[in-house]
Amino acid sequence: MMMELNARIPAGPVEKIWDEHRFQMKLVNPANKRRYTVIVVGSGLAGASAAATLAELGYQVKCFCFQDSPRRAHSIAAQGGINAAKNYQNDGDSVRRLFYDTVKGGDFRAREANVYRLAQVSVNIIDQCVAQGVPFAREYGGLLANRSFGGAQVSRTFYARGQTGQQLLLGAYQALERQIGLGAVQMYARTEMLDLVVIDGVARGIVTRDLISGKIESHAADAVVLGTGGYGNVFYLSTNAKGSNATAIWRAYKKGAAFGNPCFTQIHPTCIPQSGDHQSKLTLMSESLRNDGRVWVPKAKGDARAPAEVPEAERDYYLERKYPSYGNLSPRDIASRAAKEVCDEGRGVGPGGLGVYLDFADAIKRLGRDAIEERYGNLFEMYERITGEDPYTRPMRIYPAVHYTMGGLWVDYNLMSTVPGLHVIGEANFSDHGANRLGASALMQGLADGYFILPYTIGNYIAGAKLAKVDTSHAAFREAEAAIAARTRRFLETKGTKTVDHFHRALGKLMWEYCGMARTEAGLKTALEKIPVLREEFWRDVNVPGSDAELNQALEKAGRVADFFELAELMCRDALQRRESCGGHFRVESQTPDGEALRDDVNFAFVAAWEYLGEGKAPVMHKEPLQFENVHLAQRSYK
Amino acid sequence: MNLTLHVWRQSGPKEKGRFVTYEARDISPDSSFLEMIDVVNERLTLAGQAPIAFDHDCREGICGSCSMMIDGVAHGPQHGTATCQLHMRKFRDGDVIRVEPWRARAFPVLKDLCVDRGAFDRIIAAGGFVTASTGGAQDANATLVPKVAADAAMDAAACIGCGACVAACPNGSASLFTAAKIAHLGALPQGQPERYRRVESMVAQMDREGFGGCTLHGECQEACPKEISMDVITKMNRDYLVAQFQGGESRRAGGGTG
Repeated sequence: MMMELNARIPAGPVEKIWDEHRFQMKLVNPANKRRYTVIVVGSGLAGASAAATLAELGYQVKCFCFQDSPRRAHSIAAQGGINAAKNYQNDGDSVRRLFYDTVKGGDFRAREANVYRLAQVSVNIIDQCVAQGVPFAREYGGLLANRSFGGAQVSRTFYARGQTGQQLLLGAYQALERQIGLGAVQMYARTEMLDLVVIDGVARGIVTRDLISGKIESHAADAVVLGTGGYGNVFYLSTNAKGSNATAIWRAYKKGAAFGNPCFTQIHPTCIPQSGDHQSKLTLMSESLRNDGRVWVPKAKGDARAPAEVPEAERDYYLERKYPSYGNLSPRDIASRAAKEVCDEGRGVGPGGLGVYLDFADAIKRLGRDAIEERYGNLFEMYERITGEDPYTRPMRIYPAVHYTMGGLWVDYNLMSTVPGLHVIGEANFSDHGANRLGASALMQGLADGYFILPYTIGNYIAGAKLAKVDTSHAAFREAEAAIAARTRRFLETKGTKTVDHFHRALGKLMWEYCGMARTEAGLKTALEKIPVLREEFWRDVNVPGSDAELNQALEKAGRVADFFELAELMCRDALQRRESCGGHFRVESQTPDGEALRDDVNFAFVAAWEYLGEGKAPVMHKEPLQFENVHLAQRSYK
Repeated sequence: MNLTLHVWRQSGPKEKGRFVTYEARDISPDSSFLEMIDVVNERLTLAGQAPIAFDHDCREGICGSCSMMIDGVAHGPQHGTATCQLHMRKFRDGDVIRVEPWRARAFPVLKDLCVDRGAFDRIIAAGGFVTASTGGAQDANATLVPKVAADAAMDAAACIGCGACVAACPNGSASLFTAAKIAHLGALPQGQPERYRRVESMVAQMDREGFGGCTLHGECQEACPKEISMDVITKMNRDYLVAQFQGGESRRAGGGTG
């Protein structure tokens, strides 16, 4: 049976369709809402805002997170800010301009209708968050302050110091806790979703594991919402939190939800490099540092001198050399690739030669140490804490790191996946960011989905669906529970010779090498041979200690890594079929004569939606063609 | 570097715990404290022993998951730093380090170094919010907020909910945590309608959860990885006093129902 891929984008001019759709959508009578149960998995910006809003509307909500509190979801770590087309600065911003910047920034691989709606509701998000008491930065007159971010020529980013994600999440979390206190949301912390239950082709519940007792439990509902974040941890080292994982979306994929653009990952150019094999994660250093820092490496290969001993004439300020008009502020994908290039040439600095300098000496000379401290003091302190080096006297060492995944479960205009009743929001869906996300847009999308889009569209689904009464006594729940139990037994009984982390690190290295910043046909084919071999070894030789009836962090990790193995293969397949370069996806075979990403709009202006066909069978790819009626397709240039 | 660890091991909430000694050899001084435990755990696993359970997630000092008492100090020796951001170069080769979970009546130990901090969520659920359901908010710039008020709100809102304040307090009090939220919302115009109702219900919940009373020792602000000042406790106490004088928000004339 071929999967139906209908984006359900309403007809009409792009600026009118959301308003019209809101009117056309069916409503659920307020008195009837309490008869419907909605499961929300994940409590980050998307999940918490959706759970709180659905409960306010009157639905019975069950919300799940694997952390010990919903407040700890990884949205908390977002630093920079959130975009909104408020035009408070009177600098020419508008909904249309935010729409345009986002489509172009995504290198023309996003759906116009979704992005326009995102830009429209962006203004409501700021109003809502201020009403909740989010302490955004203010001018002396009491008005909201803004800053600028990459990929835009207007100042539209709202922020709360360097902790914007934290403050927005706490706003959503507090709204959620209010509903929990009122009894409208049942919260399940330290509970991990391990499977989706589909009955008669419709999502009707989930099976979870209580991470303290190990108890496997079933939960039935009228609709299921996944807001479980991205899958950057497939690379082992990333800026994601250690617990961030793909299990919820991967289980849903295996139950029939199409996976959209799995190969689209974002690699952020300014992270603190790896210091050794003990490294467990990578830490981002804000992009804003590139305003005053100059990026360089020695001209000579293998130059091991201390940075201060390398004379000016023997340094290569390669971003300034290659991109004179944007220089050190070239976009993320460009700056990341350039760093990789010089390191591949053997000119990288620091341990393993995997680093480039970000040097503030000129800025300190020009502006004085105090000015730099005022601008970046907290970041310099964080750098010093992690590396033990003083960035005031010695250039920072930075290197690109996996940061965000634009790919995710495919959803239609209503944020519903190809499994009816299963909705996907935030980073977990294939999203509105195309092939590259602009800075300060992840928070915008998570809250847009959770506060202002899903609560309408899910009502339309529930009002229109004929849902038979289902409870957890249904055989489909027993089946899912049995499958989980069998898998758990297999993990525990293997008693191999290597830890879960050993395999995760090995997988990450493969993915970074072959499916990272520069991808080739040969490399991707190699990865597709090596991943199954490693996966087979994992299942044969992994060591998972302890039992399933206790808090067992190794068991939790084993399940997540097993899923990463399968997802990794799908990412490579997708990267292999997309024989063009776009945004964060750089195929070495598709570049301009001067080495820039070269899109192929004739053959690849589509969303790749992958359908699972069963164990041991190759997945099949469906295409959702992308039409650009409002934004003119053009090649990006930063020279 | 080589270290000796005395780590609290407790297999479950109702089991008896004890210190177990481990040798941590060839640890990189560039690794974080949690990465050092990762290394120890990998070795324990391969030796057929149970790895040490501990809470952690972002490893960037913002999620508030990590919670280790290191040599009797919440989050260890570096001021204003969560355990995940503490690096081994702050220790010396040959050091003997004692690692324990948070100790407080309201934070029962679940396993090894993991404790249950659900009480914090329930304190927030009792009133740590502004009642502002989604939709219908006025334009964000319609309410002016003086910069000093916004800055004061942000200072208090920086709390990561890790619980170090409770663990450091000789009384096991949650006053710094609770007061930080009260001070954050109390500094803003949006927080005013529920100001006194909020302090009453949050303080009542704090007491119900079994946290101790505040006797202004000041250990909490020393342990706080976000360096939140105990001035917020003064603000909470003042609001609480006003609420008491007013005879409870719900009974005040014109108080509405919030």
